Amino acid sequence: MNTNLLILPIIMPLITAIVLLFFWFRPNRQKYISLVGHILSVLVAIPIFLEAMKGTILTMAVGNWAAPFGIVYVCDAFSGALVLLTSLVGLAVGIYSNAAIQSKRASYGYFPLVHFLLMGLYGSFLAGDIFNLYVWFEVIIIASFVLITLGGEKAQLEGAVKYVTMNLLASVIFLTGIAVLYGILGTLNLADLSLKVSESPHRALINATAILFLVGFGIKSAIFPLYFWLPDSYHTPPTPISAIFGGLLTKVGVYALIRIFSLLFIGDPFIRDLLSWIAVLTMISGAFGAIVSYNLRKIFSYLIVSHIGFMIAGLALFSPIAIAGAAYYMMHDIIAKTNLFLVGGTIYKIKGQLHIDRVKGLFSQYPYLSIVFALAMFSVVGTPPLSGFWPKIMLLKGSFAMDNMWIIVGILLATFLTLWAMVRIWSKSFWSTEANEEKTTGRYQEMTTSQRRLLIGPILFLLAISLFLGFGAGYVSQMCSLIADQLMDSDTYVNAVLGITNLPEIQN
Amino acid sequence: MELLLAISIGLLYAAGIFMILRRSLVRLILGLILLGNGANLLIFLLGRIEKGKPPVIPEGSTILEAYADPLPQALILTAIVISFGLQAFAIILVKRAYRVVKTDDIDEMNTTEEELV
Amino acid sequence: MNSIILKTASRYLLPLLLLFSIFTLLRGHYLPGGGFVGGLIASIAFVLYAFANTLQDTKKLLKIHPGFLMPAGLLLSFVAGLLPLVVGKPFMTGLWFAEKVPVVGSIGSALFFDIGVYLVVIGASLTIIFTITESNQ
Repeated sequence: MNTNLLILPIIMPLITAIVLLFFWFRPNRQKYISLVGHILSVLVAIPIFLEAMKGTILTMAVGNWAAPFGIVYVCDAFSGALVLLTSLVGLAVGIYSNAAIQSKRASYGYFPLVHFLLMGLYGSFLAGDIFNLYVWFEVIIIASFVLITLGGEKAQLEGAVKYVTMNLLASVIFLTGIAVLYGILGTLNLADLSLKVSESPHRALINATAILFLVGFGIKSAIFPLYFWLPDSYHTPPTPISAIFGGLLTKVGVYALIRIFSLLFIGDPFIRDLLSWIAVLTMISGAFGAIVSYNLRKIFSYLIVSHIGFMIAGLALFSPIAIAGAAYYMMHDIIAKTNLFLVGGTIYKIKGQLHIDRVKGLFSQYPYLSIVFALAMFSVVGTPPLSGFWPKIMLLKGSFAMDNMWIIVGILLATFLTLWAMVRIWSKSFWSTEANEEKTTGRYQEMTTSQRRLLIGPILFLLAISLFLGFGAGYVSQMCSLIADQLMDSDTYVNAVLGITNLPEIQN
Repeated sequence: MELLLAISIGLLYAAGIFMILRRSLVRLILGLILLGNGANLLIFLLGRIEKGKPPVIPEGSTILEAYADPLPQALILTAIVISFGLQAFAIILVKRAYRVVKTDDIDEMNTTEEELV
Repeated sequence: MNSIILKTASRYLLPLLLLFSIFTLLRGHYLPGGGFVGGLIASIAFVLYAFANTLQDTKKLLKIHPGFLMPAGLLLSFVAGLLPLVVGKPFMTGLWFAEKVPVVGSIGSALFFDIGVYLVVIGASLTIIFTITESNQ
């Protein structure tokens, strides 16, 4: 179905960012404008999501140049769900940053950059053209480069050097992949590529290109041998920024991997074996990193790496239930990881530090808040009936059906280690009483009630979504099986995109 | 022409990879720039080079005549513009990092690996 | 830099280069040129002026902070992209006036998009160069 609706998620953050740039010297007004922009983005994302969930694939040819010659934007159920989740996360982080971002940072363009970042995210989820995907990736990384260095502290700059280097390298590898693919097949449209890849006689070259894409996206999504930049950089910027990074940026890499490997390079046994090994090693090595770290935010960073493995496992198994599990896990992970970082930031605001041996007695000080934090933390583990539980069951079912024992071992071990990491935080920082430690406090105690609400409100909001993903499992898993059906059956995607040569609805 | 381009692409990639394996931060950025240029030339080469042909197919032509593909140039222009911005940022970042960390050696940039208090 | 030749020349080169940049911008739709190249030429004009004279003089000449050209240009490009939505065509469709204007040629939404690009490029490159220069002083 052809609709102009699809450009709106990209337009909304763009126009908000432009308006914000005009208010460069008035950071206080930027807060309100930014909030309005976030709300508008959610309002725009809802109809797209509802339409995509009916099973129709929405398309839009930019500039009225029909596919495969022009750039198309495509939204299937997977993209629709991700667009909605991105806008919700954007809203939550937007509210949180009103209380958490100091005006010094805001005056260096924090708010416009967040909107540019979100625009890049929406663009990558909707792009139906591989070069366009590259451009949106660049939009994301440019915005994220500035966000990660904003403030210019020593740790931030060092983290940024690693982050920038790895991302630039990933972009070059991705671009090389695009060049080779264009050289072999002469097209850039994903649907058209999907048709031509299966007919192409150059199997060896195409497989080599697949590896280029795997490495390029792998660096961005932090899979096993390529993730070392992530725990070194994600904990350095301020909380709202690492919340967006932790929740969404690596997921774009995973999204691109799932899209490319379900549409272009399907059924290659070597790549699927490789993916399943990568998945297992990512899960386990990330989880081990988490249990040996002491900085709260660093633990969370390692958990991001570990849980990327679950989604890669779904892609490696490539059966309907496994893909559905991966999509479910991705939705849960976007919400849960963002919330985790917001929780970490709030603990920092309360205690003024993040070392889990020194943060003490949270439960006796703030019992209700601690329960909320605990729910957010244990939904990441996947304690039933919280949201992480169901996708893991689906993934386990999928790997039993495929007889892939290593993935089962990996999932169980990584889940156990995640539980360990969380219990360690809980027993050290929440349950232990404040003994002889010097009592330190952060800025939370000086905050007014309304500012505190701005900190806690987004956490409750994301928690509510997370609980919905857990308790509304019937609805969500139906949604995910629709996503999986569409991803497994690339013909519907191809037909929907290439069938728009004569644009009937919009040519009046 | 193709051979010349292929050799120079190979050289650019090789030099770029050599440079990013050094420990100096400035060389790292230079290496990334070289790699980016290599990738741009690769697109140019793989887009099939036609000399002196128009980038359009005449209307009503039934056999496909030789024509220059305009797409690679558009892609390269986009990639150049993007890398222009990214490299400007990377250079400023290196400068700031040098000023704060007071070293050019990547191996000494390991504050983030220690546990932050 | 303190060269009297460059100083005198820059005074004449600035308007010439700016004119050339606009020429490049306008011929860009069918011939080599366009908003990006035009914008770079225009910013070179200002950078040359800043080399010959001081940065402060160049800023005074510009009157506004170059950073503000970025949102202005973005807005122009963006509106040019949105216009086709009003007549029910997809985003970014090229719309053209039927009649040609002397000197400029055909006018369409692509021209306004290009002018937007021109402004963004001037704004961005001047901001980059001014910031680097300032941090060195």
